[in-house]
Amino acid sequence: MHREADRLRTFSRRALLLGAGQLGLFGAIAGRLYYLQVVTADQYALLADENRINHRLLAPARGRIFDRHGVPLARNSPTYRVLVTREQTASLQATLGALARLIPVPDQRVEEVIAEAARHRGFVPITVREDLTWNELARVELNTPDLPGVSLDAGLLREYPVGPIMAHVLGYVGPVAETELNGDPLLELPEFRTGKSGIEKVYDQALRGRAGISRFEVNALGREIKELYRQDGEPGRDLTLTVDLDLQRYVHERLSSEQSAAVVVLDVNTGDVLALASVPTFDPRAFIDGLSRDTWRELTSNANVPLVNKAIGGQYPPGSTFKLIVALASLEAGATGPDYEVFCPGFLQLGDHQFHCWKRWGHGRLKLVDAIAQSCDLYFYDLARRLGVDAIAAMARRFGLGQTLGIDLPGERPGLVPDRAWKRATRGLPWQLGETLIAGIGQGYMQATPLQLAVMAARIANGGQEVWPRLVRREPGTDGAPPAAPPRLLGVSERSFRLVRQGMYEVVNGARGTARQASLNDPQVALAGKTGTSQVRRISRAERATTVRKNEDKPWEERDHALFVAFAPYQAPRYALAVVVEHGGSGAGAASPIARDIMAKALELDRTRASPTVSAGPSGAPA
Amino acid sequence: MTITTVAARFRSIELSLLEKLRLLNWPFVTVVALIALVGYGMLYSAAGGSHEPWAWRHSVRFAVGLVLMVAIALTDVRVWFRWAYAIYGMALLGLIAVDIAGQISMGAQRWINLGLFQLQPSEVMKLALVLALARYFHSAYLDDVARPAQLIVPLAIVLLPTALVLKQPDLGTSVMLLAGGGALMFLAGVRWWKFALVIGSALGALPVLWHQLHDYQKQRVLTFLDPERDPLGAGYHIIQSKIALGSGGVWGKGILKGTQSQLSFLPEKQTDFVFTMLAEEAGLIGALGLLLLFLVLTAYGLVFALRARNQFGRLLAMGITITFSLYVVINIAMVTGLIPVVGVPLPLISYGGTAMMTVLIGFGLMLSVDIHREIAIPRFPVDLDR
Repeated sequence: MHREADRLRTFSRRALLLGAGQLGLFGAIAGRLYYLQVVTADQYALLADENRINHRLLAPARGRIFDRHGVPLARNSPTYRVLVTREQTASLQATLGALARLIPVPDQRVEEVIAEAARHRGFVPITVREDLTWNELARVELNTPDLPGVSLDAGLLREYPVGPIMAHVLGYVGPVAETELNGDPLLELPEFRTGKSGIEKVYDQALRGRAGISRFEVNALGREIKELYRQDGEPGRDLTLTVDLDLQRYVHERLSSEQSAAVVVLDVNTGDVLALASVPTFDPRAFIDGLSRDTWRELTSNANVPLVNKAIGGQYPPGSTFKLIVALASLEAGATGPDYEVFCPGFLQLGDHQFHCWKRWGHGRLKLVDAIAQSCDLYFYDLARRLGVDAIAAMARRFGLGQTLGIDLPGERPGLVPDRAWKRATRGLPWQLGETLIAGIGQGYMQATPLQLAVMAARIANGGQEVWPRLVRREPGTDGAPPAAPPRLLGVSERSFRLVRQGMYEVVNGARGTARQASLNDPQVALAGKTGTSQVRRISRAERATTVRKNEDKPWEERDHALFVAFAPYQAPRYALAVVVEHGGSGAGAASPIARDIMAKALELDRTRASPTVSAGPSGAPA
Repeated sequence: MTITTVAARFRSIELSLLEKLRLLNWPFVTVVALIALVGYGMLYSAAGGSHEPWAWRHSVRFAVGLVLMVAIALTDVRVWFRWAYAIYGMALLGLIAVDIAGQISMGAQRWINLGLFQLQPSEVMKLALVLALARYFHSAYLDDVARPAQLIVPLAIVLLPTALVLKQPDLGTSVMLLAGGGALMFLAGVRWWKFALVIGSALGALPVLWHQLHDYQKQRVLTFLDPERDPLGAGYHIIQSKIALGSGGVWGKGILKGTQSQLSFLPEKQTDFVFTMLAEEAGLIGALGLLLLFLVLTAYGLVFALRARNQFGRLLAMGITITFSLYVVINIAMVTGLIPVVGVPLPLISYGGTAMMTVLIGFGLMLSVDIHREIAIPRFPVDLDR
């Protein structure tokens, strides 16, 4: 039996050996588990979270914009979309059909949705329609039991309650352009909008706010299971503008009969822009979802360029409004005084050129105030000739001409104040005396924007305080902090201002003023202003000799631009404005009545408001 | 002693049913039930906290399998000795049948449809191989085994089904057949150096074998060597499985709270990767706990083998123990990224009837060996078939 014992011994030894081997294998597996679940556990925990957690940005609500009295000009309104999820409905076709019986859905859209749904996974919701009305929303909501897979979603839509009235100031938002992408994931959200023009563009960063984030769990197919964490975004900053919507609306209405015009109304003491209008205008709402091609063509092919803000971007020869600058420069240089007289025969012979006064038969003898009131060209030819162009240009620049004024809007243009150096640099030619004469009446190379003219009027009205135009009352970040320092003084003597302002008073209220129709007819409150008529096309001597064509006889686009700058009340100036009516004919006829009405409205609004929020009374302004 | 008296004595040792039930190793049965209970819990979790579709059916199958196991355990071990070759022959025929059927249907074929249920001959073969070899070596003493000619039959018993299974192709099962057969020969006393020779020449034949492998098998091996090679394709399973295991940590994420499992990042979580799910949700503690239960069964197997009085029983108990622990080791090594994914389920835990039946029948045989451990089986019981 030893053979049996032998094989039993061998078997037992080897069985124990195999048992030990099995134990070793189990031990190896335990070691492997220890390595995975203890040593490298953290790393795998991270990978597991990466697997299951997705992020989504939550677009912040864009900052709202208010007028100076808190009336909303730009806000966000909830917008409702209706979506359909393929996998939650037995038949997409049938569900869309049922939906289309409740709210209008074009047949074409139904096909698009079906095609789109087929391209995505079944759980991805597809937008069927946006911008549901309350009525439609309610109808879908009520019928959800019969609409499997249909869901409603709310978003925020930029809304401009006053539409075209504020379009040139506010600008508009639109879908993010390719060029704006800078890696900020917020910009890649399909519903995100950025400012494209106006205040919306300049203050875009402040208005945007900060994005929120939502972390949610997804399964291996990418389906959302539940939200794990949510941090709502920080809405953008609200802005309060200096604009008075009531006045702005009035300005807009008053200009509505004009083909092309611009108006700027300023607070003379602060530079606050109370109204800024340019017609024709446009509807900013058209831009929010991207402009249709037809609207775009319509806007861009219009000769009156509705998209251009002419109040800051239109450049016009200032014409006779510029005589105020020439007068101030001459007074400061001692080239004229209250009693300095010039005889106006109707023209001035210089070499073989004749320089005409607008009044063909001349004004006769006049002093400075009368010369301003009657806008005698000869008087200012005389001043300009004796002063020289460089002195005139220097004074013009002190009043804000020939430079951008830093208003918080894109598209501001600098205009042009020519001098000798400018002509040599740009034309390579010496300055001609005749050009000085032309500059003296605001024609020739001279160009100014309505904003610049309004600032000029404001600085004359406030006694030479260097105010700058501004549109936003509270700078983002400074939150209502008062301006750091009172405006600098221009250093022009009060005596000079008093004479010029007197001239402006006479323009409107004097017996022989050029804009007597602009009088407010109020013994308490007087308007002071200056007309301007700037030539679009040089009148040939032949024309002048043969037939003096009246503006009304010319084709519209050849007619003169009508300008008017003004301030009121004369006694204690508060508001300054500039009106430019393109091809309006004459400043007196076309622009001054508009100025009068706007100013009257501004003063009336002032009176009707129980507690005027316009900044405190004039400091150092003339009584 | 005449042959008849031997036979008479052999038959005379009969145990009553009550004795057998008393001899049945109840702690072993309890551990088996415990493991199946773990399996039930895992399948309940795999369905996201539902008895459907897996957990309920799993428990029904287990109940049936348990009855079968006890029935087999109570059957005299000599019956299994008598039927060993016949069972092997039927399993081999089954393998040939699925091979032919596979050639007809131009694809991998592992099942025979018997109408009521599907039979997987390769699973039957795992036990049949052990039965056949145990019977063969029952009559062989060490000097018999030392004769090379004596090894031709057992080699054929192992290699024939291995080749057929590899052809299916089922790499996991063929590895298990080969390893089980090898272990039995080793236990029967085949010399060390012969194993060294075979393993050496097998390693030499590896390049040849490489060319024999199917593309997907090559992919599995390559992906095993570097799972990042194809993170969304073949490597996806292993990467996700390791993430699930690792992120489970020591204490786990809690039952029904495994993010990898519940959010479907883990594939095949109810079958081959069920252990990963357990390790994610119950952590290292849970995983080692289950491993310990498996180890207890293996240890019992070793005890059964060592205390059996007949060589057939020893070899049978040890062979089944090894087959069973190979299931466990291969499955866990596979899901932990130690070896390529070969598609071996975790016994009693993974959803799927065939593997559970194989393991429970195997346990039944082991228990039968243990119950009848005192019965001596003659080397050449000529009248046994009568």
